[in-house]
Amino acid sequence: MNSLYYQKRLSRNIGDKFFTSLSVICALIAILPLIFLVTYILYKGGSQITPELFTLEPNPPGDDLDAGGINPALIGTLIITTIASIIAIPVGVGGGIYLAEYSKGGAFSRFIRFGVNVLAGVPSIIAGVFIYALIVSTKILFGSMYSGLAGGMALSILMLPTVIKTTDEGLKLVPNELRYASLGVGASMYTTILKVTLPSAFRSIATGVVLGIARAAGETAPLIFTALFSYYYITGFGDLFYEMGSLAVLIYNFALEPYDAQNKLAWAASFILVLSILSVNIFSRILAAFTEKTKRV
Amino acid sequence: MEEKLTLFKNRKRFGIEKNIDIIFKNTALVLSSFVAIILLGIILVVFFQSFESFSRYGLKFLVTSEWNPVKDEYGAFTAIYGTLVTSFLSLLITIPLGVGTAIFITEDFVPKVVREIIGSFVELLAAIPSVVLGLWAIFVMEPFFRVFFVFLHNFFGWIPLFSTEPTGRNSLLAILILVVMLLPIVTSIARDSLNQVPKKLRNAAYGIGASRWKTIFSVILPAALSGIMAGVLLALGRAMGETMAVTMIIGNSNAFSWSLLSPGYTISSMLANQFGEADGNQVSSLFYAAFVLMILSLIVNIFAQWLVKKFSLKY
Repeated sequence: MNSLYYQKRLSRNIGDKFFTSLSVICALIAILPLIFLVTYILYKGGSQITPELFTLEPNPPGDDLDAGGINPALIGTLIITTIASIIAIPVGVGGGIYLAEYSKGGAFSRFIRFGVNVLAGVPSIIAGVFIYALIVSTKILFGSMYSGLAGGMALSILMLPTVIKTTDEGLKLVPNELRYASLGVGASMYTTILKVTLPSAFRSIATGVVLGIARAAGETAPLIFTALFSYYYITGFGDLFYEMGSLAVLIYNFALEPYDAQNKLAWAASFILVLSILSVNIFSRILAAFTEKTKRV
Repeated sequence: MEEKLTLFKNRKRFGIEKNIDIIFKNTALVLSSFVAIILLGIILVVFFQSFESFSRYGLKFLVTSEWNPVKDEYGAFTAIYGTLVTSFLSLLITIPLGVGTAIFITEDFVPKVVREIIGSFVELLAAIPSVVLGLWAIFVMEPFFRVFFVFLHNFFGWIPLFSTEPTGRNSLLAILILVVMLLPIVTSIARDSLNQVPKKLRNAAYGIGASRWKTIFSVILPAALSGIMAGVLLALGRAMGETMAVTMIIGNSNAFSWSLLSPGYTISSMLANQFGEADGNQVSSLFYAAFVLMILSLIVNIFAQWLVKKFSLKY
């Protein structure tokens, strides 16, 4: 009769308790430092935010107490990420369209899908090395060496796999009935894709692309020897062909400076970078959850 | 008559449309082959740039640790050793923590809302740029662990891994920051593969009287193993190629040491440090090192893909 009741001292129950607490401990060890990390970055960086930060140039490291602002780096990050998006989005969406809509699972598309996964795993610094060899050291861009343009190209290599993958997967989720209907009323393939399948997959593709852009905005390794760094305001179109600062490289450079003022600037830049990346992520997550709900109805 | 005319018109339109259709298809084809071109381009460019150093030092490059631009002698053993040690040891710490956390958020120990919040929080952390983690490591982690490292050296100094006096920035800190970076990857992939295990397997195990952890260890984990393994391999590839956080905290010294408490080097941190101001043979040697790194990460990635394909769940 006793065996029908829960017995605390049974070895299997003791073992269960033990492993349950072990997994709780694992979760705590994993999550607490992460919570601490985020709050610390937001607290420490947030306390350095001033209006001048957004308008001034950073001062070159020295023993002066005032480090200036991060205006050129902020604009530089926007420009470099935009260049990367201009290259990666058309190529990636086009490639994704081919994989999802045209290919019939043959050797070529399998090879490309494999290549996308491999390219996604290439270390980001290798993308920098590649662009350095191809563009910076050959001065192929009108004789300029380190430039914002080269930096954007390096970042686009990192964005490309994400964009192709999300386009491919987004289009594959579109039900085939839509395609049949469109082709059945006499639309050509490209009309079907542009007017029917792409619009219905738009939200999922856009979410993936935006997440890819956010990831690229925080990448540093491909920029440190392609775009390098600059202390000066970006004044015109021609500055694309010269060294260009970015938030990520500013954090890297100024974190390693021995001066407190520069370190504070690095924290402030981290705050802006992390806050914008996290808010893009949270926003697209909410959007994705919302889409899922409306689809179910 | 009227009908024929419209038919004729349609036919004409169809001709143009057909051309546009073909152009559209071929453009998409060309764009998709860009991936292959870039990938091959990266491999070829890095290989040919490293050719000079390769023909000069050969495979000796991989096993000697002299890196001396003055004497023009280059060997990347320290960096290669550093890359392998930091990535494998960090993975060793991450796997139990990550899988444990994944089990925690797939079982029903706490309400679903809490689990979902924890899960998406962990995923959000994967989005934090590594350079910010590096900054955090320099100013928060390093002072925090200093006392602990001294303790480690005093009590376990007889183990070669802890045999030197701890320095400010060292390999062990790099390993710890890598753990922070890899945890979100391993946790979220392990969680996904655990979630994919069909409910009926669990119910069957419960039905024949298995306890919760008996079920997890004998049914659920084995079923999810391939997915978890693939995630672990992806994390390994990431750890090998990780540059910024490691560069900022590892101390960047080419002097070889078995000890984790002394400054070290990885291939990627060597590239980040020296690429900008190198010339001559040094550039070529750096490309050689980059080539080694690329091959290592390619092997790991391809193996991970193969594993996913071979052992993907078929329920």
